Amino acid sequence: MTFPILSLIVFIPMVAAVIMLLIPAERRNETRAVALAAATFDLLLAAWVYVQYLVNEMTGYQFVETYRWLPQLGISLKFGVDGMSAPLVLLTGIVMFTGVLISWGVDDNHHPAGIQDRPREFFAFLFILASGVFGVFASLDLFMLFFFYEIAVFPMYLLIAIWGWVKTREYAAMKLTLYLFVGSVISLVGALAMYWAAYQSTGVLSFDMLLLEKANFPLNFQVAWFLPVFFGFAVLGGIFPFHNWSPDGHVAAPTAVSMFHAGVLMKLGAFAALRVGIMLLPEGAKYWSWLVMLLAGIAVVYGAFIAFQQTDMKYMIGFSSVSHMGLVMLGLSTLNKTGLTGAGVQMFSHGVMTALFFAVTGMIYDRSHTRQIPELGGMNKIMPFASVGFIIGGLVSMGMPGFSGFIAEFPIFMGVWHVNSLLAIVASISIVLTAAYILRNIRDVFFRPMPDNLEGHITDVTVLDKIAIVTLCTFMIGIGLFPSVMVPMVQTGVENILRLLGGA
Amino acid sequence: MLFIFAAAMTTLFMMDVEKLGRRGESYLLLLASTLGMNLMASASDLVMLYLAIETTSIPLYVLSGFMVDDEKSTESGFKYLLFGAMTSAVMLYGFSLLFGFTGTTNLYEIAAAIAGAQVSTVTALGVITLILVGLGFKVSLVPFHFWAPDTYEGAPTPVAGFLSTASKAAGFAVLVRLFFIAFAKNGLSPDWTTGLAVLATLTMTLGNLVAMTQTNIKRLLAYSSIAHAGYAMIGVVAFSDLGATSVIFYLIAYILTNLAAFGIVAVFSRVSGSDRIADYAGLSRRSPWLAMAMLVAFLSLAGMPPFGGFVAKVFVFAAAVKADMIWLAFVGVINSILGVYYYLTVLKVVYLYRMEGEAEESHPIPLTRPYGIALVVLSLGVLLIGTLFAPWFGASGAAALNLF
Amino acid sequence: MDFLSSHLLTTILFFPVLAALVILFLPGGEAKLIRWTAFVASLVPFALSLVIWFNFDKSAAGFQFEEQYVWYQALNSTFHLGVDGLSLTMVLLTTLLTPLALLASFSISEKVKAYFMLFLLLETGMLGVFMALDLLIFFVFWEVGLVPMYFLINQWGSANRNYASLKFLIYTMAGSLGLLLAVQMLGVAFGTYDLVALFDKWPYAATLPNVALGGMSIATVKTIAFWAFVVAFAIKVPVWPFHTWLPDAHTEAPTAGSMILAGVLLKLGAYGFLRLVLPFYPMQAQQYAWALAFLAVMAIIFGAFGAYGQTDFKRLVAYSSVNHMGFVVLGIAAAAKVAGTADAHIAMNGAVLQMFNHGLSAAGMFFLVGVIYERTHTRNLSDFGGLFPLVPVYGGILIFTSMASLGLPGLNGFISEFLVVRGAWGPLPVFTALAMIGLLFTGAYILKGIKDVLHGPLNEHWAHGEHKLTEINTREILVMAPLMALILWIGVWPAWILDVINKAVVRLF
Repeated sequence: MTFPILSLIVFIPMVAAVIMLLIPAERRNETRAVALAAATFDLLLAAWVYVQYLVNEMTGYQFVETYRWLPQLGISLKFGVDGMSAPLVLLTGIVMFTGVLISWGVDDNHHPAGIQDRPREFFAFLFILASGVFGVFASLDLFMLFFFYEIAVFPMYLLIAIWGWVKTREYAAMKLTLYLFVGSVISLVGALAMYWAAYQSTGVLSFDMLLLEKANFPLNFQVAWFLPVFFGFAVLGGIFPFHNWSPDGHVAAPTAVSMFHAGVLMKLGAFAALRVGIMLLPEGAKYWSWLVMLLAGIAVVYGAFIAFQQTDMKYMIGFSSVSHMGLVMLGLSTLNKTGLTGAGVQMFSHGVMTALFFAVTGMIYDRSHTRQIPELGGMNKIMPFASVGFIIGGLVSMGMPGFSGFIAEFPIFMGVWHVNSLLAIVASISIVLTAAYILRNIRDVFFRPMPDNLEGHITDVTVLDKIAIVTLCTFMIGIGLFPSVMVPMVQTGVENILRLLGGA
Repeated sequence: MLFIFAAAMTTLFMMDVEKLGRRGESYLLLLASTLGMNLMASASDLVMLYLAIETTSIPLYVLSGFMVDDEKSTESGFKYLLFGAMTSAVMLYGFSLLFGFTGTTNLYEIAAAIAGAQVSTVTALGVITLILVGLGFKVSLVPFHFWAPDTYEGAPTPVAGFLSTASKAAGFAVLVRLFFIAFAKNGLSPDWTTGLAVLATLTMTLGNLVAMTQTNIKRLLAYSSIAHAGYAMIGVVAFSDLGATSVIFYLIAYILTNLAAFGIVAVFSRVSGSDRIADYAGLSRRSPWLAMAMLVAFLSLAGMPPFGGFVAKVFVFAAAVKADMIWLAFVGVINSILGVYYYLTVLKVVYLYRMEGEAEESHPIPLTRPYGIALVVLSLGVLLIGTLFAPWFGASGAAALNLF
Repeated sequence: MDFLSSHLLTTILFFPVLAALVILFLPGGEAKLIRWTAFVASLVPFALSLVIWFNFDKSAAGFQFEEQYVWYQALNSTFHLGVDGLSLTMVLLTTLLTPLALLASFSISEKVKAYFMLFLLLETGMLGVFMALDLLIFFVFWEVGLVPMYFLINQWGSANRNYASLKFLIYTMAGSLGLLLAVQMLGVAFGTYDLVALFDKWPYAATLPNVALGGMSIATVKTIAFWAFVVAFAIKVPVWPFHTWLPDAHTEAPTAGSMILAGVLLKLGAYGFLRLVLPFYPMQAQQYAWALAFLAVMAIIFGAFGAYGQTDFKRLVAYSSVNHMGFVVLGIAAAAKVAGTADAHIAMNGAVLQMFNHGLSAAGMFFLVGVIYERTHTRNLSDFGGLFPLVPVYGGILIFTSMASLGLPGLNGFISEFLVVRGAWGPLPVFTALAMIGLLFTGAYILKGIKDVLHGPLNEHWAHGEHKLTEINTREILVMAPLMALILWIGVWPAWILDVINKAVVRLF
């Protein structure tokens, strides 16, 4: 029996959430301490998994743990990571850690800042969400994957509805939850169908994805079920035309939740779509890849166009997420090595980048009480640290070489070249658009003279905020300069997918 | 077992309801009804079955009308009685016809008789319809559901909780037994499964749609319990061992959850004297624990993990998919989305809105010990079923095996 | 030392980054310390590139001082560096101009730390382009250089800087988009980004493996890819009609920024033509040489006309850059047209030397404009006049540099322009003749500039009182001295540099 490191990663946030709920509401410091301790510990464990992951062993899943759960139906609690999910586990650790830091609740001078209303519940829900996210990334059992998937979805409702932006939170929270729920239950039916079909062909009742991978579903079954399964999950990945919950959700969510939402949750959708949709129904994926590619291509360009039109910073970032997640989907839809590798790296890269974006936007909003780009300006004088962070994020977003965005986007486009060169050219329009809106935003918010009404009201970001920013930036630059720290790992995951796709 | 548990919980809730807790008769009635339920679930003879049903129902008629000086309670009891009497008469007619055609009251012999083609299909279907009227009333299937909202609204809250859970579960037990044993073994099943599938669809959809518009929490729960009957019916329709297992599992999860929900409503209405959803505003500040319990219960009803409702729904849908009734699974899925909407709406009020004047601090909601114990037990139960579901599933499976 | 000698290029390339990191941890208030650290640090790459220059084996074929490291295995892209005569010249130019530009920016007093850091990062970006032997790495540095430049203009520029910096960035990025796509296509087709390997495979490839072409013939694809490359580089050079970002960017950039912009960044585009376009697309280049020549001539003529029409001293110098870079492109076009002949070699020699020379003289001119702007806070030509008696040393230097720019025999500009024209005369007579007309206007606008600033009636405003114009100071002379020395040296004895260039040119084309 190996050390159950993945179970620890998954359940520590849950346990921490329970502990926090048991702490009396007035004792905020203890609550925060528990949150930070748990987040740090989880990040370290995730980093440990990442470092210990054996890139050279192409055997597929590592750190596998299995516990019997419901043997009658073949449900087991089975964890394991491959090259695709290990970076995402790390990503979740990072976002969780930085999310706690920026929602701390007091600034350097012990004045209130960040989450003030019922921080205990806030952190508890956030951690339950984190638990669910870890669970999805680590699950190798289809049932458990759904189980954690839903756990990851429902705290979002409360987090947005309670702590969100007053004007739109109810609407956005409900919209988000319903969209995601619709998607997931539709996928669920598909998963059940797979389960029974596998039973018929193999005679074994099991939700174990390693077994389902070998089930060799008949072609027409795969073709019929791929769409509901894939798109059910892809809703959470923000795929066009089911993306429209996402920007609303981003805008309404409080900062840490936006970070989680864009940084991790959207990856959850893409990841589950990959793991369940493509890996279990490879023939279906081949059959429908043109459709996915088309929609992803539309998302990429459309998202960038709409982002260009926005004046609200969060809407802008929200739509840019749609565009970037479109790139992930585009990479997935290529079904070839370069494209999938790019998609894997892009998930990580976009997660870190967008977390940083939302973190900085939150810092600005907390101080200026507006996110309208035309009403902001001159932030770099007051908060130079945050502006540098935002600029680095912007460069990643633009796909600027030397940062992780380039490392991710380049292979995606290369993958598309293999399949459809025209689409590669069309999709690349988004790069220019992204550059335009990001630069415009940087210029207006940070470098324009500060409006009079803000003068004197803005303070610099706190030390904790800075730690968060540095953490995020480190990963973006690190991967940008040394792609070999992540790419080979993702490739091991890709090899596995390609094997399922029949060596295509 | 299950019914005794439900009764015990209801007792705990009743203790603190004025005019109810202090009168010994109410406990007696409750016990009598529970006895009836146990009989219902284990009877294998038509006469026995009918007696059990009546034993269950009559105390409940009384209980729902128990608060004599409350007009609504009286009305509720009366309505329940009228509907109940009428439908059980119809059912009795069905039973007697069945006896007439087969010459026996033993369920297994009836099954043999039907299998031996002594009864024509059309006749059998007619009989089934008649019996369904009675049982449909018990489990509040559409279109025999009209009594439910009014009765729940009027009846004392703990009684309503009992009605919506134990009584319904007992109804399902009979339903499963009758259909799986008596009407299983010949070409009948395709006919009645289609019929029941349609009923299940109607029940779910109507229950959920109407629930969305409710402003009274008890009526909302009433309609939601109608919808849940629909989900459970999916398992019956699937007509397999897994189907039966999933129905039983569903009922276990549902009883725990819904009892918790009604318990919370009882606590709240005792303090605030209101059942309006809007009055739940600020609850999470007035009593975080009560709000948390409500979160657990409602999310479980909505079918979210890690609570029982999720697992139960998955099993039911799994059964449907296995039986190749994918359309029914989709109907269930779409309905559970409708469900999420109104459950979340309630939670929104609880967690998001504030009392008028933001005066939550001065309006705490005290939890008495019986309520506290009951709610904790129920919430943990819901959580346990949702996570460590293997033993429960095993028990359901064993129960289901008895049927075959 | 062993490490150093085997990693010379990497050291040159990353030393500025290292220095920038050091500066990051210096206290922000210590402006003086930061300036000197940056300046001294920038001398190290210069010294090292001199070491390379003297150790460079002029007769050997191919690239020297090569280094190759694992970088992005998944894409078969390696961190491959190396120099030949062509790139070495450019590396030397860059490492020479950077310290001078840093010295020139000692007058910067706002956000000193960030300024010098960005400048050093910019140096790394430019050097990387010149050294890269991997297409992907080339592209990476190509883009990396943009960012610091954007912020240099955006943060330390003059009034209209926001507009100018954005225009600069959008133009260049839009240009590199096509490049990016073409690079990707090459990578996909051949599974490698190594330039040396691609030189062998791509130009003669009859099919493109792995790429879904959507029914286009290989020739069409190549032509499209050719134009994608050309547009990217032409924007950077800039060639008419893509030049409009340049006057804005130059005018708004801080003095040192303009120096580097004109001195080195514009060369990136021309270098791209030499390093990538001609070797990759010999056929297409030959086919479309007339078009390139046409654009070059337009650049020469319009640049000259534009410069003549300016009332802003800096804009005048900026347009002169368009004009001068036109000669570079003309030389390239001529060489493409008759690749492999003596004419081609002469033209190419001229073009490369012109790149180097323009780097010197344009940097000098921009600096001199900056010197006077700092004192008068105006760049309007009509505000000056008759300043020569007030500032004779400055006047002398200005006239000297202008003459180099004008192409006066005995100074460097003459040599390179002559070579270009000589080489282009054979293959492209009409265009060359037109270019000569442009040269005439070059003389006209430079003389106009000198006249307006130094001669004519004295503008009394600058003669007395608080506005009294002060003479150029020692630091500023120190900046100009190396430039002037080189200008004169190349003008009188060009062989030392032409030798290196010629070897590379002959081998390549």
